[in-house]
Amino acid sequence: MDDFLLRALAGGIGVALVAGPLGCFVVWRRMAYFGDTLSHAALLGIALGFVAGINLMLAVALVGLALAGVLVLMQRQRKLATDTLLGLLSHTTLSLGLIAVALLQTVRVDLMSYLFGDILAVSDGDLLWIWGGGAVVLAMLAWLWRPLLAMTVSEDLARVEGVPVLATQVGFMMLMAATIALAMKVVGVLLITALLIIPAACARRFARTPEVMAGMAAVIGALAVCGGLGASFRADLPAGPAVVVAAAALFLLSQLFPRRIVR
Amino acid sequence: MLSTEPLIKTTGLTVQFGRRTVLQSVDLAVTAGEVVTLVGPNGAGKSTLLRSVLGLQRPTGGTVWRKAGLRVGYMPQRLAVDATLPLTVRRLLALWGPVTPEAVEATLGEVGAAALADSPVQSLSGGEVQRVMLARALLRRPDLLVLDEPAQAVDVAGQATLYALIDAIRRRHGCGVLMVSHDLSYAISGTDRLVCLNGHVCCAGRPEDVRRHPDFQALFGVDPLAMPAWLSSAGPHSHGTTPPGCQHTHAPSDAKDPHPHG
Repeated sequence: MDDFLLRALAGGIGVALVAGPLGCFVVWRRMAYFGDTLSHAALLGIALGFVAGINLMLAVALVGLALAGVLVLMQRQRKLATDTLLGLLSHTTLSLGLIAVALLQTVRVDLMSYLFGDILAVSDGDLLWIWGGGAVVLAMLAWLWRPLLAMTVSEDLARVEGVPVLATQVGFMMLMAATIALAMKVVGVLLITALLIIPAACARRFARTPEVMAGMAAVIGALAVCGGLGASFRADLPAGPAVVVAAAALFLLSQLFPRRIVR
Repeated sequence: MLSTEPLIKTTGLTVQFGRRTVLQSVDLAVTAGEVVTLVGPNGAGKSTLLRSVLGLQRPTGGTVWRKAGLRVGYMPQRLAVDATLPLTVRRLLALWGPVTPEAVEATLGEVGAAALADSPVQSLSGGEVQRVMLARALLRRPDLLVLDEPAQAVDVAGQATLYALIDAIRRRHGCGVLMVSHDLSYAISGTDRLVCLNGHVCCAGRPEDVRRHPDFQALFGVDPLAMPAWLSSAGPHSHGTTPPGCQHTHAPSDAKDPHPHG
C-alpha cells in the first residue's frame, strides 16, 4: 500500500475513534445542529489562523470555543429559540469564513479541501495532532463521562445533586471544538457532523448501555473510514464524501437488524 | 417529636422575571417529618418557589436558608430522556452517586417497581417513571423530599396509590416533604400544612383550617359545607364523593381580593 493511503487510514481512523463516543453525546443531547454550527465556523477559524500565522487546528478550535461562548450568552436573552440562533450563527460564520478566505491575498487557499476534506494529503504532522489531540479528548471525555451523562438525563436534577453543570458544559464544548478541528482535514467542515452522528445513530441499534454504544460508534466510524477510503482509492471518488456515504451505508445496513430495544 | 429547627426556610422570598413579579415576600419553612403542600392556580409561582428552594432559581429578593448538610431528594415533574440513550432503570439509579445493588433492589421494591429494574427508562409509563424517580430520590437518603406535581402524568387510579406511597415513605424515613400539587382531593389528605399560593402566600395552615379560609375558597371555589368526607378522612380515598373543588361558587376574579385579616 502507498504511504499516503496508510497515512489517510491512520488519520481517518484516529478521528473516527474520537468522533464516535463524542457523537453519542451529540445524539443523546440533540445537539446535531450545534455541531453543524461549530463546524461551519471552522472556515472562519482557518482564515483567522492564516492571518495570525498560528496552527490552523488550534485556530479552528479557538473560534469554535468563542462561538460556543457567544451562543451561551445569546441563549440567556431568551428572545430567540436556540435553533434560530444556531441557524443565524451557523450561516453567518460560514459566510464570514468564505469572505475572509477570499480576502486573503498573501496565501492561496484551496477552498474545496477545507470544505470537503483532503484526507489523502494528511501529513505526519497532522497525524501527530490527530492521535495526540484525540487521546487528550478521549481522556477528558472519560473524565467528564459521569457528570455529562447525569446532565443528559436531567439538567435540573444534576444541578440539585451538586453536579458542576456549567463547568461540565464548558468542558463538553471544548471537546466538540477540539474534535471538529481534528476532523476538519479528514472530511472537511461541511461533513464533520456526519462523522459525529451517523456512527452513533448506527450503534444505537446494538447497544444496551451508554458505554457500549460509545465503543461501537467508534468502531463503526473506523469501519466507515476504511470502506470510504477503499472505495475512493478503487473508484477514484472524493475521499471525504466517500467516507460519509460509507457511514450512511452502514447505518442503512444496521436498520436491517431486528430492533433490540423497543421504545 | 418534630424538631423545631426547620430543614429549609425562606424569608421574604421575591422572584421577578423581567418586570413581572412571580413571588412576593414568601415565608415558608419545612421541618423534619412534615408534609407541606403548595397549591394555587396556574402561574401562582408554585414551581418557582420549589425551584428557589432547590437553588435552581436565584431569588430577586429575600433569602433561602437551608440546614447545614441538608440532603435533598428532588423528583422533577417529568423525565425527558432521548430515545437514543440506552439506559436501564438500574443504571439511571446509579448515576447520582455510589449505590449498592442491594440498596437499588430494596428501594425499587419499596416503591413497588422491583420488576422494572432492567427496563429501558423510555419504556416506562407515567406512573412508573414517578415510582422510579421516587426511588432515585430515596437512594440519596434525603432529609427533605421535594416533589413537583408528583401525580401529573399519572392516571387517576394511580394517583391515590402514589400519594399513599409518599405518605408511607414520609412516616418510614421521617423526612420532610415539600410538594406542589394540582389536585386538591388526594394531596390534601396526607398533608400537615397546606400553603395556598397566588404570587404571595394567601393562607397557610392545617388543611381543615385553610379550606375554610375565604381566600382559599375564592381561589378554588370550594364550599366548605359541601365537602367534608374527602378532606377529613385519613386515607387518600374519597369514598366515591366527587371532590367539590370543581363547584365554582366564586368568580375567579375574587382571587385578587385583599386579605380580610392581617
